[in-house]
Amino acid sequence: MRYSFKFVARRFVLLLVIIWSAATLNFFIPKLTPRNPLREKLLQEATRSGYIPPGFEEMVASYEERFGLNAPLWQQYATYMSDMFSGNLGVSIANFPKTVAQLVGEALPWTIGLLLTTTIIAFVLGTFLGALMSWPKAPSAFRYLVPGVLIFGAVPAYVIALTLIYFVAFQWKLLPIGGGYGIGTVPDMSVTFALEVFKHSLLPALALVLSGLGGWTIGMRGMMVTVQGEDYMTFGEAKGLKSWRLFYKYGVRNAMLPQVTGLALALSFIVSGSVLVELVFGYPGIGTLLARSINQLDYFVIYGIVFVIVVAIGITLFVMDMIYPLLDPRIQYERD
Amino acid sequence: MRDYVLRVNELDVHYYTDAGVVKASNQVTFDLKPGERLGLVGESGSGKSTLALAILRMIKPPGRIPHGQVMLEDTDLLTLSEEQIRNVRSRDISMVPQGAMNSLNPVMRIKDQILDTMVDHNLGLSTRAMEKMAADALRAVELDPRVGNMFPHELSGGMKQRACIAISIVMGPKVIIADEPTSALDVVTQRQVMQTIGRVQKDMGSAVVLIGHDMGLMAQFVDRIAVMYAGSLVELGTIAEVFGEPFHPYTQMLISSLPVLGRRGVFEGIPGITPLLRDLPPGCSFHDRCPKVFGPCTQRVPELLKPRADHHVACHLYEDGVPTTNGIVQDKDVVAT
Amino acid sequence: MSRFHLILRYLKRNTPLAIGLGILVFFILFTSIGSLFVETEAGYPLGAPASVAPTMNYCPRIDPECETTEPEAYIFGTDGQGRDMLAVAVQGTWLTMRIGLLAGVIGVLTGTILGFASAFYGGTFDVLIRWMVDVLLTVPGLLVLVVIASSLGDQTISITGMGLIIALLAWMGPTRTIRSQVLSMRERPYVMMARLNGMSGPGIIMRELIPNLLPYLGAGLVASVTGAVFASMGLAALGLGPLREPSLGVTIYWVINQNAFLRGLWWWGAVPIITVALIFVMLFLISVGLDELANPRVRRSE
Repeated sequence: MRYSFKFVARRFVLLLVIIWSAATLNFFIPKLTPRNPLREKLLQEATRSGYIPPGFEEMVASYEERFGLNAPLWQQYATYMSDMFSGNLGVSIANFPKTVAQLVGEALPWTIGLLLTTTIIAFVLGTFLGALMSWPKAPSAFRYLVPGVLIFGAVPAYVIALTLIYFVAFQWKLLPIGGGYGIGTVPDMSVTFALEVFKHSLLPALALVLSGLGGWTIGMRGMMVTVQGEDYMTFGEAKGLKSWRLFYKYGVRNAMLPQVTGLALALSFIVSGSVLVELVFGYPGIGTLLARSINQLDYFVIYGIVFVIVVAIGITLFVMDMIYPLLDPRIQYERD
Repeated sequence: MRDYVLRVNELDVHYYTDAGVVKASNQVTFDLKPGERLGLVGESGSGKSTLALAILRMIKPPGRIPHGQVMLEDTDLLTLSEEQIRNVRSRDISMVPQGAMNSLNPVMRIKDQILDTMVDHNLGLSTRAMEKMAADALRAVELDPRVGNMFPHELSGGMKQRACIAISIVMGPKVIIADEPTSALDVVTQRQVMQTIGRVQKDMGSAVVLIGHDMGLMAQFVDRIAVMYAGSLVELGTIAEVFGEPFHPYTQMLISSLPVLGRRGVFEGIPGITPLLRDLPPGCSFHDRCPKVFGPCTQRVPELLKPRADHHVACHLYEDGVPTTNGIVQDKDVVAT
Repeated sequence: MSRFHLILRYLKRNTPLAIGLGILVFFILFTSIGSLFVETEAGYPLGAPASVAPTMNYCPRIDPECETTEPEAYIFGTDGQGRDMLAVAVQGTWLTMRIGLLAGVIGVLTGTILGFASAFYGGTFDVLIRWMVDVLLTVPGLLVLVVIASSLGDQTISITGMGLIIALLAWMGPTRTIRSQVLSMRERPYVMMARLNGMSGPGIIMRELIPNLLPYLGAGLVASVTGAVFASMGLAALGLGPLREPSLGVTIYWVINQNAFLRGLWWWGAVPIITVALIFVMLFLISVGLDELANPRVRRSE
């Protein structure tokens, strides 16, 4: 038994604190500003149709009552918190009958699919490249890869995405220019639809992988250089181990550990980057929904999205914390 | 008929750096007889560890071996292919590492670190047979075989060093090179670990090269001793010879710097500092620290002389043959005239 | 003179730093010389004719005699809303770096103070700071900024306001680094010596700690500026910036929003993309170079 109750409990409390902070921030920041989102929204709707109807104030009041904005602050907070923890994120102002949970639920699978695949590909590929670059017995071609990979790693993903759109999709017309699937295609469970989704996600995925690759490559190369100076590498060689074993089981296996910690730290940055890439491609995930909601002043959707993403990151971190001791036996969770 | 198991012959190891050529080993020559314990002493930076790496052919660029032979029985290790030398390591010549604290892979169980050594040498044994060998090796170094299932961080310093010894003896090598095997341990553990090395070496009949700077430890453990200074071998002889009648002025100073019970307060160090290996003084590299320096010392590099059959020295003082009584020339002018 | 030579000689060895600083010098020259030739209004909508491809002599169709008089040069072209892209590049680079520097400097200053306080006082204060840093570092900063910026409303945000908002989330990294560095330095022999010699707390901080922290502060500043530039561009690209200002992020927002590529106006996208890419590459190279400066060990092992 590797995990102690105390360890799991401590990580779980951290998860709860993260979620609680996100929810509280979401609740209080809007209250600190003089804006009234409902009034603004209704005003916007009203001006669009050309006139401010009589009884506008009553309308605002009735909406405010409906959203519970007239109650005292502490009561609003309590209701808000219990709503949040039960998954009730409120309703969209722009698409009124739809709830925030519905909208986010539609977009989330797209984002998770894209993000999970690209993060894993970038992490594995970058780690692999970084390890090979530092290995004296690797083909020297790997060492010439350095500048190219590093430059891509420095540039934000959405800048790469815009460049890819221009050349690959617009000039050479190799791949679709944006969206999650073709206009006029009806989503179903067929192979053709799956292929179409795949074709549409190739460019966003490429942008995310290219921009993520550099960081993992540098990190791994640096760690491998450090690890190769360790005594266990010298002793391993003196033991007469085959060079693949020395490279993989002694070198890579140890240099990996800080990489995994780095993955946990980079998670929030990766999510920020992907939001903008989705926006650039009009990919039907959370990022595009967020940009649309900002344009439509759909505040509850904005807050809902931020909350859901923070919860998702918190849960991922919790899972990674549970996996890490399997990689590094030195972390003892039985006692402490 | 050869009477050695390992012969190092005129071995040079040079490191080619931007700042110049670092000569870490100059024309080093010695034999190791089967089952013998040879001590290799010298200050830090005198080229002892480089010599150990060179024997196992583990010198990395910018280091190279421009000249010399390392004969394991009838094979010159320096002519073997990469794959052949890999097979020699551990099976014929094994190493007990210096930094016991970090010499074990932290993410592997001890047992697996013994087994992978055997697996990579294609012994043609079943897994069960190899596991038994691993357990025997652990028992031989006085560790419970259950230690095999533990990770390095769960062991104490002494246990880690024993585990390292278990790894290096598991295939019964002909030569064990122990590079300061006790430097990171406390005095009591040091003694126990040395006893363990001595016992398994005797049981297996392997020869041992013990590298270190502790003359006291050497006197207790080894049969013969080789003294290195600035990459060169300056004296080689049996323990009785060298300690009874040290020839080389450097060895004399090393021995007299040992603390003696009842002579408190008189601690004699060796004046001066070790020369940089990339910028050796001309002639004998010890001449600027030597109290007995005279004419040829600054001119020529002394050759390894054999004033006695089992006691060699590289010093101009002995070029005329037999040294003066008790080996110590009191005044350099006496010899010069 | 000799000091100058020493710096040059060092830069020869530290290629990343040399190239990074080279790009920085280029940007400084570009914006300062550029601003002499560019009129401010040209970077705002309708400051120039719309959708002109890069050209050295542009003649409006309504004026048939312009070739004989003085043709306008739009070497970077103009966008679909009538901004001169050269003016956008000159002003946008400056605006972007201003936000980045403002937020970065505030972040590093706050981080240094909090890091010092946390390391020196310890106790509950330290625990509180550590938890805040841990929690805030796991939350995507860009999204928190989205909540803040969208609540404030886009009308009221100025460039300075944007910098201040971003500074709210730029202090955690520096706090963490400075705290751990101070904790480890406090135990080093030279600090112990200073304390035994009766040097006062502030004296130790100013004379012993700060000089040794300088490389970390430098690296922290570059990291904070990078983060701030990233955040400001991200916010603007999402439509939460000062949408009339010719900043690079806002330009990217319009490129996406107005389908610049589909309309064939490639220069509209190319100017901000190349400038932004160059800024990030510059920041990256400088940070790698500073890293080498601070840890020569990394350099030797390469």
